[in-house]
Amino acid sequence: MRSVANLACRKRAETVFIEFFYHLKEQKCNVSLTEWLDLMDALEQGLCGPSLVDFYYLCRSILVKSEAEYDRFDRAFALYFRDLKDATEIPEEVFAWLSDGLQRTKEELMEKWDPLTPRYGLEELRELLAQRLEEQKERHCGGNYWVGTGGTSAFGHGGFAEQGIRIGGEGRYRSALQIAEDRQFRDFREDEILDPRQFQVALRRLRQYSSTVPTEKMELDIDGTIDATSANGGFLKLAFEKPRKNTIKLLLLFDSAGSMLIHSRLCSALFQAVDRSTHFSDLQVYYFHNCIYEHLYKTPRCLRGEWVDTEWVMGNLSSEYRVILVGDGTMAPTELFAPGGNCMVGLFNEIPGIQWLKSIKTRYPHHIWLNPIPKSHWDHVFGHQTLGALSELFPMYELTVEGLTQGIKKLLSDQER
Amino acid sequence: MQHHFGDFAGSADYVVTPELMHAVNVSIALGKPLLVKGEPGTGKTMLAESIASSLGKELLVWSVKSTTKAREGLYVYDTVQRLYDSQFNEGDVADIGKYIRLGKLGEAFVAKEQPVLLIDEIDKADLEFPNDLLWELDRMEFYIHETKETIRAKNRPIVIITSNAEKELPDPFLRRCVFHYIAFPDKEQMKSIIDVHFDDLEANLLERAMEAFYEIRDVRDIQKKPSTSELIDWIRALQISGVPAEKIAEYLPFAGVLLKKNQDIDAVSRKLGLQKKG
Repeated sequence: MRSVANLACRKRAETVFIEFFYHLKEQKCNVSLTEWLDLMDALEQGLCGPSLVDFYYLCRSILVKSEAEYDRFDRAFALYFRDLKDATEIPEEVFAWLSDGLQRTKEELMEKWDPLTPRYGLEELRELLAQRLEEQKERHCGGNYWVGTGGTSAFGHGGFAEQGIRIGGEGRYRSALQIAEDRQFRDFREDEILDPRQFQVALRRLRQYSSTVPTEKMELDIDGTIDATSANGGFLKLAFEKPRKNTIKLLLLFDSAGSMLIHSRLCSALFQAVDRSTHFSDLQVYYFHNCIYEHLYKTPRCLRGEWVDTEWVMGNLSSEYRVILVGDGTMAPTELFAPGGNCMVGLFNEIPGIQWLKSIKTRYPHHIWLNPIPKSHWDHVFGHQTLGALSELFPMYELTVEGLTQGIKKLLSDQER
Repeated sequence: MQHHFGDFAGSADYVVTPELMHAVNVSIALGKPLLVKGEPGTGKTMLAESIASSLGKELLVWSVKSTTKAREGLYVYDTVQRLYDSQFNEGDVADIGKYIRLGKLGEAFVAKEQPVLLIDEIDKADLEFPNDLLWELDRMEFYIHETKETIRAKNRPIVIITSNAEKELPDPFLRRCVFHYIAFPDKEQMKSIIDVHFDDLEANLLERAMEAFYEIRDVRDIQKKPSTSELIDWIRALQISGVPAEKIAEYLPFAGVLLKKNQDIDAVSRKLGLQKKG
């Protein structure tokens, strides 16, 4: 019989389920409604075994689409189910939630988002719900709907966090929470450090297609062929056109002074990524030591003589080059603002570094600065005065995948001075 | 449903983790492509072969290259051939259908039995590539403009998509996939993988080789970590050459099989304090 307690239990369970969806969203797990409905579809088809571990893997395979997100999901999952246990101490509630809460939740979500998901009719859902409620009469609250013949509930007494749950294989016992709490994917998080490939992928966005690039005509031009053939008295004459190619040219200016040493892994990752990117129409790389003066160095060692004139670079590389400056931007204020600030022994600059940087900025309207120092430290890091001045001059981004991605958007956006 | 859930359970020559097995079965049951990512050498491509062989299905492989266009997977209209034929009055030029060649996706759609379609290394193609396939993968149909014909999947193929890269796959595409990341196998799993490849491996040799292998993978400075396939090659080399097991850690024989870059070999030698020897 459906008792009052039963109803109360259901009510709680539904709330739990909707809350889990919003909890994931709150924890910045990028879950869309489509995926959520797929999950319910899967549960409805009985793709989830009786254990929370199965539920965990099912959720993860449908809701999470990148190993970079695994860690976030793990934490959200662990957090949510830990809280649930602490808050309720009624494991049966979770059952009810899994078996019955689904339909109602689906319906509630559908009502909110109906236009987005024409896949499910509301009528159909109502029917399903009614059907479920019929079934519900036959069992007591928290029935073993999801439990296999083994009989013992995986969510049984003692809470599901402590109790090991079988996930198959030879005697490997782990609970979903253990798996989630292990956080074995934390190294893949995108806001943390990365390998060149991630940069490379980000860099691939830096492109602008056009067929005006000087390349061979390689693609069959059908209209052209028809015209040419007609003009040729009906004898076949093939016409070709140029494929569309990326027109982006990139000028990369790397700070390779001593203070950059601690960021060498990060910078090397970026450098390798740029180096491997073959999609630029042209790529030029020069180095500087703390700040840019008359010379740009050809090698990261910044040795005397192994340089070109900064003016030569500006004269020879047209203004369509996108400029990415990479550096920590921290130095003695004189190095940036004073004539003779160049800290390389024996070199004296008439024009202060800031003037050189301003000329670069004026010459190349598309420019960004990538800083390996985390943004949260910019205001109080040693040398923050010069860093601050530079970030006013150039749009400055953290050297992370996210920072690079934002920076690239900036580089691609319309002319802006 | 053509399948009962849980049909796929790995095959004799392919070791599958319970998680991956689960993901495969979910993708089959939901009729959604399974996107598999993981380090090179974790067996992404072999997964599709294993699914096909264990379910007794035909495997169609669409290897994606940097120049591959989404359309090529659907069909190619051989204009040049048709133009030539019209020039020389060969064949029935009026029959456009003759000049339409189906691509791998098209083949999978018209197959009589449900096939397994592997779209290998989707990240190699242009960034738009996955988006260009959204409709086709969703609806399992496409339209041939030249013949005004719609090709619809007779049996929704089991689609496995592999990718090496991190972020570039577009969100709308990802939303339509079931996703699994193959983590690099731990020692336990690695042992069972090796077992599949060797019949008569000396336990001591395996133990020592695995130890050295995981030690190398833990060296932070190396650029290209050795993968499963390299480990298998290495063990084979060790086995054939008959290097005594206890010598392995000492000077890392055939290090070139594991590490493909000189800097990496140097870094590993430094870290592990190897003795110099040829």
